[in-house]
This record gives sequence, C-alpha cells and structure tokens, in this order.
Amino acid sequence: MATANGTDDNVLVRVENVVKHFPVKAGGFFRHTVGQVHAVDDVSLVIERGKTLGLVGETGSGKSTLARCVAGLIPVTAGKVFLNGTNISELSRGAMRPLRREVQMIFQDPYSSLNPRRRVGAIIGDPFAIHKTATGAERKRMVQELMERVGLNPEHFNRFPAEFSGGQRQRIGVARALALRPKLIICDEPVSALDVSIQAQVLNLLADLQTEYGLSYLFIAHDLEVVRHVSDKVAVMYLGRIGEAAPADSLYRQPRHPYTVALLSAAPAADPDAAAARQRVILAGDVPSPIDPPAGCRFHPRCPKAQEICGRVEPPLVTHDDLGPAAGPPAGWGPADPAGAGVPGIPGGETHVTACHFPVVPGETLASARTPAIAAEREPA
Amino acid sequence: MAIVGYLIRRLLTGIIVVWLVATITFFLFFARPVYTVARQVAGHAATPQVIQEAINNLGLNQPIMTQYWHFLNGLVHGNLGYSYYTGESVDMMLKQDLPPTISLVIGGMVIWLIVGLSVGIISATRARSVFDRVSSVGVLIGLSMPAFVIGELLIGYVFQPLYSHNIHIFDTGYAGITSGIGPFLQHMILPWITLAAIQAAVYTRLSRGQLLEVLGEDYIRTARAKGLSERTVVFKHAVRAALTPVLSQLGVDMGQLLGGVVVVEAVFGLGGIGQISVEAVDQDNLPVILGFVILAAIFVVIANIVVDLLYAALDPRVRIT
Amino acid sequence: MSIQSELEFDAHLTEEAQQQVGGQVQGRTQWQLTWRRLRSDRVSMIALAVIVIMVLLAILAPAVAGLTHHSVNMAYPVQGENEDGNPVGPGVNGFILGTDSTGRDLLVRVLYGARISLFVGIFTTLIATVLGVSIGLIAGYFGGVIDTLLARFTDAVLAFPYIVLALALAAVYGPSLTIIVVMITFFSWAGIARIVRGQTLSIKEKEYVEAARSLGAGPFRIMFFDILPNLLAPVLVIATLYIPNAVVFEATLSYLGLGVQAPTPSWGNMLSDAQNFYQVAWWYLVFPAAALLITTLAFNLLGDGIRDAMDPRTEKLIAARRLRRRLTRRTINKGNKEALGGVVAGGTAADESGKRG
Repeated sequence: MATANGTDDNVLVRVENVVKHFPVKAGGFFRHTVGQVHAVDDVSLVIERGKTLGLVGETGSGKSTLARCVAGLIPVTAGKVFLNGTNISELSRGAMRPLRREVQMIFQDPYSSLNPRRRVGAIIGDPFAIHKTATGAERKRMVQELMERVGLNPEHFNRFPAEFSGGQRQRIGVARALALRPKLIICDEPVSALDVSIQAQVLNLLADLQTEYGLSYLFIAHDLEVVRHVSDKVAVMYLGRIGEAAPADSLYRQPRHPYTVALLSAAPAADPDAAAARQRVILAGDVPSPIDPPAGCRFHPRCPKAQEICGRVEPPLVTHDDLGPAAGPPAGWGPADPAGAGVPGIPGGETHVTACHFPVVPGETLASARTPAIAAEREPA
Repeated sequence: MAIVGYLIRRLLTGIIVVWLVATITFFLFFARPVYTVARQVAGHAATPQVIQEAINNLGLNQPIMTQYWHFLNGLVHGNLGYSYYTGESVDMMLKQDLPPTISLVIGGMVIWLIVGLSVGIISATRARSVFDRVSSVGVLIGLSMPAFVIGELLIGYVFQPLYSHNIHIFDTGYAGITSGIGPFLQHMILPWITLAAIQAAVYTRLSRGQLLEVLGEDYIRTARAKGLSERTVVFKHAVRAALTPVLSQLGVDMGQLLGGVVVVEAVFGLGGIGQISVEAVDQDNLPVILGFVILAAIFVVIANIVVDLLYAALDPRVRIT
Repeated sequence: MSIQSELEFDAHLTEEAQQQVGGQVQGRTQWQLTWRRLRSDRVSMIALAVIVIMVLLAILAPAVAGLTHHSVNMAYPVQGENEDGNPVGPGVNGFILGTDSTGRDLLVRVLYGARISLFVGIFTTLIATVLGVSIGLIAGYFGGVIDTLLARFTDAVLAFPYIVLALALAAVYGPSLTIIVVMITFFSWAGIARIVRGQTLSIKEKEYVEAARSLGAGPFRIMFFDILPNLLAPVLVIATLYIPNAVVFEATLSYLGLGVQAPTPSWGNMLSDAQNFYQVAWWYLVFPAAALLITTLAFNLLGDGIRDAMDPRTEKLIAARRLRRRLTRRTINKGNKEALGGVVAGGTAADESGKRG
C-alpha cells in the first residue's frame, strides 16, 4: 500500500485530494463569478505500474475532468497529482513538456480526434516532431512500425482519416499515443463510439500493448461490462467524488455502494433469463447539478437506503470488510456511529473501499423507485 | 431596470467613441504644416503677409493644445467652429445641409429593407423557381456594381432621355418636403433607388441564405408536421430566426452606409452634408470635415444601439446585461 | 426512375477516393476534390477565364498602347476630337473604343485603369487576408484578455465609417494611390479577422486540438498545423469575394476625387469625368463601367463557385446535373421524356442554402 510520501515503487500515478472547480460567470462587461461547478471534489487514487484502473460514472460525474487533471491538461484547483514521484500539478507549461511523453491520451470520438486535413502518417508522426526525437526517413520508418503494430497497413501512410473506418481510426489514435512509449495511457471512453464487434478488437489490442510495453491505463467508461473486461481495479464516481473502489472482481462480486448496485443492475445482460432473474434497481430523480451538489452524501436524494444522517455527514471512504454475509449490518452500526470501524483505503489499491453510511450487504435487495415493466412481463404465465 | 442601465452604459461608451473619433481626426489634421493650410485658404496668389493674416485669423498660430481646448469647449456648447472658407458657422451649414441627407438615408433604408427582405423571403420559399433565378441574377449584378455607376447610368439613360423629351418625372438636385410631396419624390426617387439597389442585393442574398438554412432545420419540419399552415410556419417561426443575423449585419452596415450616402449625394447633386464634406476635403476645410465626422460618429453609435436593442427584442436568448 | 438509371445514379455518387500513384496509395486532398468540382461548373470556369484574360490585358496594356500608337496620357486633339471639341466614337480615326474628354485613347486608358484596379484589388486583399487570418487566429485561440481586446478592436474597425477616415486622410495627405491601398487594407482585414476568429473558436474545441495539446504541442504549432489547414477553405472563399469589394472601393474613392488623380487613369475617375459627357459620348461612360462590372461580376461568380465547390453536398447536385444531361440526350434519342421527372427535382432545401444566387 501507499506510504505517506507516495514513493512506493509500484505506484505510477498518485492523485491526492484533487479538487477541480470551474467558475460560472455572469454579467456582460464586468463579469463576475456567481458560482462554481464542482466537477471534482476531493478525489484521491493511485494507478499502479502495468495495471489498469477503470473509472466509471455517468455524464457529469467528473471522470473526464479528473482524467485531464491527471494528464496535466488542466490545472487543479487544489490537491496534488504525482507522476512517478514528481508533482505535476505545480509545474509550468515548459517544465511539463518533457513529462508529456510519459502520459498520453486516447479520445472517445474517432471522428473528431484526428485532424481531417492531415495525412495519417503526419498525425502519428506528430509526437516525434513535437519532441524532436526523430526526423525524415527515420520518423517515417517508426511511424510505419507503429501502424503495423496496431494492425494498420503501413502502406496507408499517406491517406486521410476520412478513408478509414471508426475502428481503424481508433487504432490510429492508439498508434499516436504509443509513439513515444509513454508509461501511462489515459483512455477516455475509447470504445464507446464503436460497434460492439469492433470494440472487442480494440480492447484486445490495448491488452496486448499493455503486456508488451508494460503500460498503465486509466480507463474511463460508462459501460460496466467493458470496464470489467479490461480493469484490474475499478473506481465508481458520482458527482465529483468516488463512491466505491475495489479490485475488479471484488467490486462485481460484492458491490457495496447503492449507486454501484443500481448501475450493475441496469447493465444489459446477454442472457435473458439471467436478466429476468436480476433485480432492477431504479433510482428516483435525476442527477443533480454539479453547481449545487447535495449536502452530506451526494447520492442521498436518490438513494433507496438514505437515512437522516446521509443528508448531514459526508461518509468517508473506508473498507467495510467486516461485513460478512449476515442479514443486516452488525450491532453498533447505526445512526449513532456514523464513522464506523472501517479502515481508510485508497482507490486503486488492494482494498475494497466504499463511501456510504449504510453499505449494501450481500443478499440485500434494494428498494426500487418504481417496478420495471419488463420483469412484470416476464412473470411465468 | 436592466434596460435603463444598459442604455446608460452604451451611451457613455458612445460618447467616448465620438470623442475619440473627433480627437483623432483633429490631431490627424495637424500633421500638415499650418502654413500650407493657410496658403490654401488664402489662395495661391497670396503674399506671405496675407497668409500670415490668414493664420492669425483662423487661430492657427496658437499652440495645438490651445486649439484643441477651444475645439472641445465649442463642442460641448454645440459650436463646431467656423468654415475656413466661407466663415459661416459650421453648425449652421450642417443644419442646412442635413435634410437632404436624412431624406436620402431614411427613404433609402426603408426601400432597401422592404425590397431586400421580401425578395429574399420569397426567393427562399420558392427556391429554384423562375422568380428565384431571376432575382439571383439581379442580386449578382447589384452586388457587382458600385453605387456611383448605378447612379450615373440612371442619370444618363433614365433621367436624361426623359428630360430631353420634356418628361419631368425625375429631377436632380434636392427639394425638401416643404416644397410639396410631388417635387420631393421627384427628386428623391432616383437617389433612393441608387442607394437601395446595392444594399437590397446584399440583404436579399443574406436573408435568402439564412431563411433557407432555417427552413431546413428539424424544428420547422416539426411545425409543418403539426399541421401549421405554410404561412404560419414561415412567418411566425422561420423568419424570426433568420432575421437575427440580418439585423447584426445592419449594425455593421451603418458605417458602409455613410460612404454610400456621400457617393449618391455627389452623383445627384443633392447638396447634403456628405457632398459638403467632400468639397471641404478639397478646400482643406477642417472645421467642416470635423463637423461631418462627428455627426457621422454620433449616427453610427446611435444606430448601433438601436440595432442591439432590436436584436435583443428579436432573439430571446440575448439578454440585456 | 428505372432500376438501371438508379444504379447509375448511385455509382456516380460514390467518389473513388484513391488513385494509384506509383506503388504508393495516395489519398485525394481536399484541394484536388474542390478543383474537380469547380471544373465541372461552367459558370465558374467562364468567370475564371474572364479574370485571366483581364489580368493578361492589364499586363499587356503598354503593348496595346504601342500597337495603337496612342500612349496613355497623351491627348490627341486633332484626331481625337470632332469639330465641337467632343470626343470621337469607337472605331473613328483609329480609336478602337473612342476617346475621352481630352482626346485620349479610351481603350488604352481603360486597360491602364485595369492595372490599377486589379493591382489594388488583389494586393490589398492579399495583405488584408494575411493580417486578418493572423489576428483572427490569435484572438480565437488565446482567448481571454487578448481576445477581448482584439475582438473589440476588430468590431470597432468594422463599424467605422470608412468614408470618414478616407476624407480625413485625403484632407491631410492629399489624395493618392497609397492612401487607397492603406485604407482598403485597413478596412478589409477586419471582416476577415472576424470570420477567422469565429471559425477558430469552434475548431479550438475539437478533440484533435486537445489531442495535440496533450502531446505537448505548443500554441503556434497547433495554430499552424491543426487550425490553419481547416481554415483555408473558408478563407479562400472570403478572399475571392473581397477582391471585388476592394476594386469597387478603389473606384468609388477615385470617383470622389479622394484616390487616384488625373491624369492617371482609374476606372473611378474616368467615370467621374464621364458624367459630364454622356450625352455626347456614351462610350466614355459605358466602356469603363462595363470593364468594372465585368471584373467584379467575374470575381463574385468565381467566389460563389469556389464556395460551392468546397461544399461536399454539391456532389449530389453535380451528379444530378450529369445524370440529367445524359438522360436528356438518351431520352431525346428514345423519344421518351418521362424519365426526367424524378431526377430533375433532386436536392432538398438544405442543399440550396448559401448556393449561388
């Protein structure tokens, strides 16, 4: 586990209490700030070398913002981001430049992440040009090697992005990200825009590259099934905070946060019988605006298990490993004892941590806001 | 009320703009040596003494800042100085010569807006019809012709032939409304057409293009699907959205408009302030030029404020802040 | 449509986007595609030809002067004027287009006027484009204070009545060609800058710009390699459409006496002089006006043509046009006109927006 200084050898990226707020401005000529968008509110996590951390959340949960903070693309309002021990949140743009070689991004939309007016060879060769690592014939050779590595025909060096399919364009994006042999690749929903059959190909490519080059991935998605397939560790975000984080199989086997449970129940299952057997948890209401997040636990207005304390006190991110398969929470685990006995852990590490006053225990069924019609239809006639 | 605050702010900015314009023009003028100016006024045959006298009379021998101070002082009191050439008070001159310009501007604007917008709207609703094709050709020609060419052609081939056959439908020069509506129109129609022609072309093309784009939007399809009559769809929904860029174009055009006014006045001999100023350039007559410049700046500022208000009224997304 | 013609229609719609160049597969650039579309547009090609001819004539003006043995500023009172002292008409006494008020060869003067107009038009637009693109790019990309300052300055220049400044400058420095060039350039860049800024603002938000930043590219590299190539298309259209503006601008200023002065011929000052003589010498008015009109018309048509050519939606219209022509030929041969019905009505309203006319 991480030490206080974050010098653990296993850890590539350490995010410490990062906060990112965007000011909301109003007024014509003399603009003033009338509010803040709380995109990311006190998030800590680690990404280990050679491992994949999956980051899941709805739109507005702050996952993309957090990714860009880790990439050093936007400055943080508070907190620190350590890359290989260096605090990149305080670096100037010039000092940051050489470090950009260590962190790269793959974007969601294969159609707008490549400049339509440039040839593919030039796009992939950009990193070499920017960091002046290779020129001329040497650069061309390396670009073609990369193209081959990601599964593209190196003869297509001179084509334009418009002449490639969506999956191929993502491969181009991967090649570009891979060019300088970064240590961390941040994948911002890389397969969301692709057909399902193509998704598998791209994901397999990413997995191969990880093994071959020892890459770490920060994999952002809203599709839980995809994340399960690729991640070693998973963290679930809601409205700027981390609700739950655990090693992948632990999370999927035993989700503790009601939000996670609801998400998992909503994911489409391939087997119709399994789907019918599963309990759909439908949450009430909509995601609140990040400008004015709810007090206490941010999820409490929609949570089926919410109690009075949930609206007052923000639950800490702690382990609840002592929760066994018993029918209910252990004695003393009630309103009078909000902090509980859990050990604080850090998302991305080995422990299964949850930020909830009343985590879901195994075997518990959550109340639903309304009964899904599908399950009713499936009642055996 | 927000609007009042907005207006006050815009007026204040406007005053600053006018002041800036006047100051720049004033100091620009002093790039030329005083002697040459005085000599121009006094005439080529003038002896050095006469020129010196001219300098004294016109107050050109005083330090620049003193002259500037006089100028500003006068400005605040509504006194724009005296013409170097004729000695008349500039504000008198401007007042006399304002009516033709105003008639020209207002009449022209009305015509071009009505013609431009209606032709544009009709063309858009009947895209690729005969009307559309003919009007596009007209637009293209209108866009390619400078105002003075149109004016000259009108004079040469419309006015002149009629006149020589003693048909007095049109007339050059100016006759105010006070002389009667008939003569007023007689004198103004050709200038109006000249001023309006090019602007109408621009606005036709602009409104046509905008309307076509709006008509292709999904919400218009929805309105049609709801069963609204085509007329309601076009006039109640589409035109509103299409007009907003036209309006902002209008604001920008105010500056161009003045140029057109000067040209048309020159061609038709209307004797408005534009024409006077061009003559003043020839005479190096600073006060008159300054007078025109200031008036022009005031006009542009006010016109822009009006356009902005209209814009906000038309487009609910824009708030007066 | 019959199945046969439908298939042909589809086949024509699919653009073959590759061509074998040696062993390497080449993609067709945007420019190549634009040129192909432009070539198929008869009107634009005619406009282009007219412009080229005009430019050639302007360059060859001294040669023409030599051919006719009339130099540009030389008055020929004997041959050039009739008994009343009025100009002679076209074809008289070896003056191909007639003479002007002082007996100078009109043809030669019109051609020399073309030199000025074309020079002013193209040169000022060139400089204005470079200025406008730079300022628009910088304002749009950097945003913040820089943007506010530059944008407001641009707006102020745009709204400023040009005539005012022209008057003031002419009053101070005396009218000349230099003033015109400075004035026109000064007022043209603002329109270009405003549009470039708008485009930059929207391009800036695209993911590939963010990707470039995440790679560590500096602002100038991004502006030059990522944003600028996507700007060139609209900029080319605007520039082509600004040239006739500049030409008209110059003509107007010269007409008012604020620009090129006699005896140097400019279409503007020629037309100003011609006002007094149109009763006796229609050619003095008509020929310079025609030259002016033809030039501006040609540039406007070409600009519209380029704009249409850059728009991929034009492909449908071109295909429909081609098909229409072929069907017309074939159905006339067969004596069957019904096939025309479905094809001619091609294109939705959305295709028409912004199209020529």
